[in-house]
Amino acid sequence: MNIHEYQAKAVLKSFGAPVAEGVPVLSLDDVQKAVDTLPGPLWVVKSQIHAGGRGKGKFVEAEAGEKGGVRLAFTKEDVLANAKQMLGHHLVTAQTGPAGKQVNRLYIEDGADIDRELYLSILVDRESGKVAFVVSTEGGMDIEAVAHDTPEKIMTLPVDGGVTEDDASKLCDALKLEGTARTDGMKLFPILYKAFTEKDMAMLEVNPLIVMENGHLRVLDAKVSFDGNALFRHPDIVELRDKTEEDEKEIEASEWDLAYIALDGTIGCMVNGAGLAMATMDIIKLYGEEPANFCDVGGGAGKEKVAAAFKIIMKDPNVKGILVNIFGGIMKCDVIAEGVIAAVKETNLAVPLVVRLEGTNVELGKKIIADSGLNVISADDLDDAAQKIVNAVRG
Amino acid sequence: MSILIDNNTKILTQGMTGNTGSFHTNQGLAYYGTKMVGGIHPKKGGEMWKADNGTELPIFSTVAEGKEKTGATASVVYVPPAGAAAAIEEAIDAEIPLIVCITEGVPVLDMVRVKAKLAKSKSRLIGPNCPGIITANECKIGIMPGSIFKKGSVGVVSRSGTLTYEAVFQTTQVGLGQTTAVGIGGDPVKGTEFIDMLEMFLADDETKSIIMIGEIGGSAEEDAAQFLIDEAKKGRKKPMVGFIAGRTAPKGRTMGHAGAIVSGGKGDAESKIAAMEAAGIRVSPSPARLGTTMVEVLKG
Repeated sequence: MNIHEYQAKAVLKSFGAPVAEGVPVLSLDDVQKAVDTLPGPLWVVKSQIHAGGRGKGKFVEAEAGEKGGVRLAFTKEDVLANAKQMLGHHLVTAQTGPAGKQVNRLYIEDGADIDRELYLSILVDRESGKVAFVVSTEGGMDIEAVAHDTPEKIMTLPVDGGVTEDDASKLCDALKLEGTARTDGMKLFPILYKAFTEKDMAMLEVNPLIVMENGHLRVLDAKVSFDGNALFRHPDIVELRDKTEEDEKEIEASEWDLAYIALDGTIGCMVNGAGLAMATMDIIKLYGEEPANFCDVGGGAGKEKVAAAFKIIMKDPNVKGILVNIFGGIMKCDVIAEGVIAAVKETNLAVPLVVRLEGTNVELGKKIIADSGLNVISADDLDDAAQKIVNAVRG
Repeated sequence: MSILIDNNTKILTQGMTGNTGSFHTNQGLAYYGTKMVGGIHPKKGGEMWKADNGTELPIFSTVAEGKEKTGATASVVYVPPAGAAAAIEEAIDAEIPLIVCITEGVPVLDMVRVKAKLAKSKSRLIGPNCPGIITANECKIGIMPGSIFKKGSVGVVSRSGTLTYEAVFQTTQVGLGQTTAVGIGGDPVKGTEFIDMLEMFLADDETKSIIMIGEIGGSAEEDAAQFLIDEAKKGRKKPMVGFIAGRTAPKGRTMGHAGAIVSGGKGDAESKIAAMEAAGIRVSPSPARLGTTMVEVLKG
């Protein structure tokens, strides 16, 4: 689960990390009050959307002006003018796709005098199975480009159960922190580790971490995502979820505990198991068409869940055909068949449907579909299923 | 010979009294008489659990007690996500040699803690978020459908549950059959990696060929490919077929499995396929042709 920058900073601040003073605003009426609580003389107006590259982004609407999604303001009037231009408009960044994302929230922050910009992130390093820091002196830019062009400027440091003095020292060295900045760093790294582990973060990225002209460190930007599997023990974090940032179909799917991801193609897929779901997308592509979604109904889906998945898939107007691919281990094919039949009837399905069933109770499942009298194309194996649905959508 | 489990393996079920644990303990008993020897429940110790076939199994309060009383050599964990890591840790403390965790949705930082403990232990963990292990006609631990197996010569290792079934089903259909099939699980931090399994399959005389199924995310397939190249130089090599799921997956999105994500230009299907092909694995572009591709490879 992702949260906004201002929320991430509030979480980090609660652990003692140095962040700038700032106020989130959800409407223009709040801007004046927000700006009055900040001392100036420099303010930063930041678009709050769940996507990176905001500073270099561009708004779709002309009235939003030429500048990007993060703007500096030198007067209070300037803050208000920029807020007016940005709120409600669509920001396109490298990560949003061409339609962009509507900016519904702004974060107005106290400006800082920057001496150096650094990069820091914490994640779970899968190779070592440990929590690891990734740091670089090349902050403020696209870290993937740094990793590609100058990998020697990035250091990865896995840590064991906590940040030792020695670990913190190594991080300070890698970031070339001296004097006040070094003292700050020795304190900051354990704080960030504590926030990461106590809140079950999946990723914590501070880009940039800055050394200010007064020598102190400050978290200038923060991007945090949380391990969805651990949200059950963090009700405070669940509160921060902003559903306007998510695909409507994906929200509905998550309520049914379905793994659904909307894609750009025309063939809707309903599969059990993440690997098989990906493989089903791959085989559709292999035969020349594109999948409309990834959808894993999981191992223990019942009739209602199958029907719900079907309806969510059908909400996508681009879907011209549906492929159901189930290899029943725990799932019984007859249960799937009944769910599919129920959903087809309920949605008055008007597009071709190919069903491939294998595994537990497969004969019974196939019989239920054959006896339904509905126009469902049965397939014998995955290859057969993929060819049949591709042919069907091509007419 | 086979790997990891055979008809002498004695298994405790952690979380046996729940729906899933109960169902699959029954399924295990029904698969060539797999030796399910008891269950663990902290509050139901001393009670008996009755299987569909009339078998009665004892329930113990702790894994240590269960191991002492039954001589169990393995445990399978169906405990829900919030308690799964603690269940694994209990089995590690009881020095159970083989722990298989089926549970999906274990918090990754819990697994970081488990992994550190495993490194200092005598236990091997398979999973979490995996379908388990079957040695054909001998023993079944986990949730794979036993009906699709046939005793034979192919070793199967996979990060994905249902794709393991595909590989098993297809090798049965073409008549090759399997020695052992292992689902290592779809999580980013897990007990056992491809390399561990490949080492066992290379060492097993009955396993004549291997199917390896990976997916996007991480670098376990690349590491496995390098391992195979190094072993081949020592003269250890078996015919292999591979598949990578997720060629069409968009970057930056987790595809169902917590571990299946292409991020920062790492972990994409193309680099994995290239690495596997360089190691002499025939990578099938279609998940529907794992069996037939293996037949072609064996014909030479």
